[in-house]
Amino acid sequence: MPPARELDVSEITRVVRDLFIAASRELGGDVAGAIEEALSLEESERAVAALREIMENQRIAREESMPLCQDTGLAVLFVEIGQDVRIRGGVFHEALQEGVRLAYREGYLRKSVCDPLSRVNTADNTPAVIHVDIVPGDRVRITAMPKGGGSENMSVARMLVPSAGLEGIEDLVVDTVRKAGPNSCPPLVVGVGIGGTLEYSALLAKKALARPLGRFNDRDDRLADLERKLLERINGLGIGAQGYGGRVTALAVHAEMAPCHIASLPVTVNLNCHVARHRECIL
Amino acid sequence: MKKRPVLHTPLEERNILGLEAGDQVLLSGTIVTARDEAHRRMSRAIEEGKELPIDLTEAIIFYAAPTPTPPGRVIGSIGPTTSGRMDLYTPLLIEKGLRVMIGKGVRSPAVKEAMRRHGAVYFGAPGGVAALLARSIRSARVIAFEDAGPEAMMELEVVDFPLVVINDNRGGDLYEMVLSATQGFSPASRPRSD
Repeated sequence: MPPARELDVSEITRVVRDLFIAASRELGGDVAGAIEEALSLEESERAVAALREIMENQRIAREESMPLCQDTGLAVLFVEIGQDVRIRGGVFHEALQEGVRLAYREGYLRKSVCDPLSRVNTADNTPAVIHVDIVPGDRVRITAMPKGGGSENMSVARMLVPSAGLEGIEDLVVDTVRKAGPNSCPPLVVGVGIGGTLEYSALLAKKALARPLGRFNDRDDRLADLERKLLERINGLGIGAQGYGGRVTALAVHAEMAPCHIASLPVTVNLNCHVARHRECIL
Repeated sequence: MKKRPVLHTPLEERNILGLEAGDQVLLSGTIVTARDEAHRRMSRAIEEGKELPIDLTEAIIFYAAPTPTPPGRVIGSIGPTTSGRMDLYTPLLIEKGLRVMIGKGVRSPAVKEAMRRHGAVYFGAPGGVAALLARSIRSARVIAFEDAGPEAMMELEVVDFPLVVINDNRGGDLYEMVLSATQGFSPASRPRSD
């Protein structure tokens, strides 16, 4: 058995801090590429102006070290820990939360987390929502996703009947985007989680949002076809950038799938705005 | 693109009456931020007969809460939040004098009806471009509900703040115009790298 690779919690805290600050200030290269592509396809005058504002915004944010959006999100973290890694120096989950705390304080990011009933702000943007997987190897992969409220609010989890099939899934996705209209800051990235259980479909949909833009699903041709078809139907809605009307309502559709119960067809549609923040680091 | 007309606050009735859904304008002058918590508190104050922190008849309400102000800057990043969450409170505020709102997203039938009845206008500000919008802000100060953190009400001085008329005071609705024109759009064909 190989000796465990040791990783100090302070390293994890530092990386989480840096990831959230960078994700909030710098538009991902994949997202910027998709916006440029949308500009080349768009014909509506208002939508072209809106897409240009998005590109101008990312330039200003980068040059002036300012957040791209005032909603710097609830902090979502995906962490894959190699089973040959030994975490030392403190409590792993606390190290992640401390990284979030430092990012939102030192990066001047908005604290947008509150008690669900009293609505009293927790004042440091914790707790983050953390998903951990144990994987082979001796590396740790951390993906930071500051998730905005406007797009999260228009997202939907639904238990379809198996007879609804692919058509039922497509209709739910398109209907969700139509109902979201301008509210979720289109052009959107649409995450679709199919199968599993109720909560696992939601996790798949969220993970789908962390996938880099610019490629259809490369593990399952059925999902790649679904993504292609959904992108076409969604862009046929005509909602356009900022909902001002146009040809590009979604930059991408990402679908992920897992086997489910013979009685069920869980589907979650998780919307993300055009800022589509996600950033990862491998330790 | 044609040059956007500039509107200066306080907006007179005649400024508002001429606007049509879809018009792109620039706004200069004084606006105030208020989102969920400020609306809840203002609504309660009205019910209890207490004084409000702002004069609704003159106020332009911007549904927004900025990021914290870094040292040496006027304000952090700022942009509109989804207006629909304020819909429960808005008809009451319009009844009490509010005429101009700035946000993003669809309003409820009740809000649109109150806007028609009282001659109010709803502007859309672009969402998710908050570093760009911050450049239009010349000064900012908290005027109420400081304990609500980012949800405190702030008075902002803005110059050339870029807006689009979503709902005018005659029932015009840009989002509905967009949806009814949808048949005109052919889905974009998208060359991809795969």
